[in-house]
Amino acid sequence: MSSIPYIVEERPDTGLNNSKLGVWIFLASEVMLFGGLFSAYVFLRLAAPEGDFDYWGAKLNVPMATFNTMLLITSSVTMVMSWASLKLKQFDKYKMYLGITILCALGFLCVKYFEYTGKFHHGIYPSSSTFMGIYFTLTGLHVLHIIGGLVVLIYLWTRQADKMWEENPDLLANRIEVTGLYWHFVDLVWIFLFPILYLL
Amino acid sequence: MSNNSDHSIEHHIQTYIRVFIALGVLTVITVAVSYLEVSFIEAFFLAITIASIKGSLVLGFFMHLISERAAIIWILVATTVAFIILMFIPLISLTDSTGMY
Amino acid sequence: MSDNHHHEETFFQKYIWSVDHKVIGIQYGITSLLFLLFGFGLMAVMRYQLAYPETVIPIIGQWLFAESGGIMLPENYNTFGAMHGTIMIFLGVVPLAVGAFGNYLVPLQIGAPDMAFPKLNAASYWTYFVGGVVMMASFFTPEGAARSGWTSYPPLSIFESGQTMWLLSMVFLITSSLLGSMNIIVTIVQLRAPGLTWFKLPFFIWTQLVTSFLLVLAFPPLEAAAVLQLMDRLAGTSFFLPSGLVYAGEAVAAYGNGSPLLWQHLFWFLAHPEVYVLILPAIGIVGEILANNTRKPLWGYKSLVYAISFLGFMSFIVWAHHMFLTGMGQTMSAFFQLTTMIISIPSVVVLTAFFISLWGGSIRFNTPMLFALSFLPMFGIGGLTGLPLGVAASDIYLHDTYYVIGHFHYVVAPGTLFALFAGIYYWFPKITGRKLHEGMGKLHFFPSFLAMNGIFMPMFIQGLAGLSRRMYDGGQQYAHASDITHWNEFMTISAFILGLAQIPFILNIFITLSTKKSEDRNPWKSTTIEWSAPSPPLPHVNFESAVEVHRGPYEYSVPEREEDFYPQTSP
Repeated sequence: MSSIPYIVEERPDTGLNNSKLGVWIFLASEVMLFGGLFSAYVFLRLAAPEGDFDYWGAKLNVPMATFNTMLLITSSVTMVMSWASLKLKQFDKYKMYLGITILCALGFLCVKYFEYTGKFHHGIYPSSSTFMGIYFTLTGLHVLHIIGGLVVLIYLWTRQADKMWEENPDLLANRIEVTGLYWHFVDLVWIFLFPILYLL
Repeated sequence: MSNNSDHSIEHHIQTYIRVFIALGVLTVITVAVSYLEVSFIEAFFLAITIASIKGSLVLGFFMHLISERAAIIWILVATTVAFIILMFIPLISLTDSTGMY
Repeated sequence: MSDNHHHEETFFQKYIWSVDHKVIGIQYGITSLLFLLFGFGLMAVMRYQLAYPETVIPIIGQWLFAESGGIMLPENYNTFGAMHGTIMIFLGVVPLAVGAFGNYLVPLQIGAPDMAFPKLNAASYWTYFVGGVVMMASFFTPEGAARSGWTSYPPLSIFESGQTMWLLSMVFLITSSLLGSMNIIVTIVQLRAPGLTWFKLPFFIWTQLVTSFLLVLAFPPLEAAAVLQLMDRLAGTSFFLPSGLVYAGEAVAAYGNGSPLLWQHLFWFLAHPEVYVLILPAIGIVGEILANNTRKPLWGYKSLVYAISFLGFMSFIVWAHHMFLTGMGQTMSAFFQLTTMIISIPSVVVLTAFFISLWGGSIRFNTPMLFALSFLPMFGIGGLTGLPLGVAASDIYLHDTYYVIGHFHYVVAPGTLFALFAGIYYWFPKITGRKLHEGMGKLHFFPSFLAMNGIFMPMFIQGLAGLSRRMYDGGQQYAHASDITHWNEFMTISAFILGLAQIPFILNIFITLSTKKSEDRNPWKSTTIEWSAPSPPLPHVNFESAVEVHRGPYEYSVPEREEDFYPQTSP
């Protein structure tokens, strides 16, 4: 409803606009969501017999995951570049950077697909061990978040974005910034997931 | 972000590139360090420290936290406290038990 | 953004997918009240069973329990028990306190046109609705509904029937709650009218703010745990299943190495803050009504604000007082006992401030005030009876007895629920333009008050005698319970009186709605901003002109003034 203030412009005393505050609170809840799973990981690892997690952890593919890490970090920088381009009124560059972000995300999903099917092919499922259970749950939830983010990114890349750019460019920049914050968070989760699951 | 001037955005772009390179280097370091022969606790702290450095770079520069308003910082402080509580106390329950169960 | 109400809104836009916080608040209100009624019904059948074990349940027994000829079997009792708790907490009280009262009143009390994210608001209601449908649908599955307690402890909950739908429903409900509470926080921070600084906010707004922070930070670990439990049930994982488990005579074919304790920690990490979610909005409502009906400001406003903020923080570090019997070591036990004792302090501050607020007031004993006043001793009893439970030495004896049930019901039933009733009577004129009938209101209040005490006071006696909870026959088979099982009949009769006492309330609502609207937009002569809007407030914008705030929320009986109240928005 247009009568609601501070959708794009900042409220003077808090210095924030509504969506930015909203997305940070949402991210706070997401930290607790992944935190719950991390807490479960630590608890289960310490409660497991000696060497159990090491044995199962060794079955994971480190090179693929390292490549995935680089993909996500790249997508993060292209995401912030697309926002910066929008702020500099360079709409074509915005689309280019956003496009690369989307491609990186799709790439991540492809690699994950191969990883998962590779495991299933060898008869390794979530039920195979506690480690595999928490591995599939943590990365699976992360994949769901990538897909969710991807839907929004694609929407912001389509004609809807063109229309918004013409009618209300500040709103589009605001939407991109907020989506970017979510996207960086997804990258952040992976930055912790990667060493904990694949390397420890 | 309250500063919309072109100059400052271009300055920011330089920072983004630098952070990107730093993240790449740190990723390589993360993998390299995992080949060291250390105890689990040492490996854990090493991994978490490097990941935290990478995370701080993403939070500070890509998510603009370094110049963000106090309200947001406080929300994150509260979240961090809640997160730490969530991580550590169930952990302690494993070590501090009567051993009956 | 799109402006979809240039002309007439369709029926669908106006009443179903409305983004107006007032419509959404009413949607939450009606849905949650219906769930409360249903949860009460479940309990009524359970109480009949407890008073007259293994007899045929009258009227509906043959239909409900056809296979056993109308007699309630143990598994039926367990199902009703688990669903009663789940529905009352997650589908009843919290949606009413936060979804209905929060959504309806927060924008109005801060002088805003709507919530910060109206579409998200609608989404949060419909997610709750879907969660409710899934939960109710579970009754009709071949497996039946959940029967492992509202706490869903593994390993039982992994093997027992009905938990899958329960877990799925919880995922929806938690998501709905997260969307809603995020909306409330942003609204309060960003949309306060000009002049409405933090310490001029009505106390109700502060309670909603703290409640929303609790929901944002505490609910997600339970969502994570629910996902893990779903995987244990559906994907064969063993997050919560220890090794060497034998079920129904057969070794469990899972990897093992899991821990039932892990579930308990993750569950109670939410469920303890959840109880403060249950009480804080109620405290806020009582504060508003006390100030209004004593015609003087709330005593200790700042202390109240600091107390509930401290309470919110502390609520994150007390949860294992639900787990004293899990074999925890002395350090952990001491830690949680200490934090639990400390957390009782802010509650005492709140209650004391409320009692002192009454001193020297010109008390009006209307229906909302009666409910609000009764909250004070009822919450007092509930809180005091929590103390022996927070000390491990006594809790080892009282855990899982009727004492616990008495304790928490005192806080939630004649506590929170009475405050919510008070709120309904108080704000009904703002929502509908008509005051509920006073006589019928008192007919609702007095029997309810007596009956509540009749149901829950004997539970302390039963608990102290050692009667365990969740037993389908009410303790008939235990010798140590033989001299206190006679209370069951008394409690059941009280429960039925409580049920009957709600009839005047329900009739009151329908009859009052059929009467003419009043012209008086501030019948209680209140100072807070919502009363300056028309009754009901204008669709989508609430107020006729921009709101400006000039003073605090409780300027009653200001010396130089002729009227005994000075509204926040008066120039």
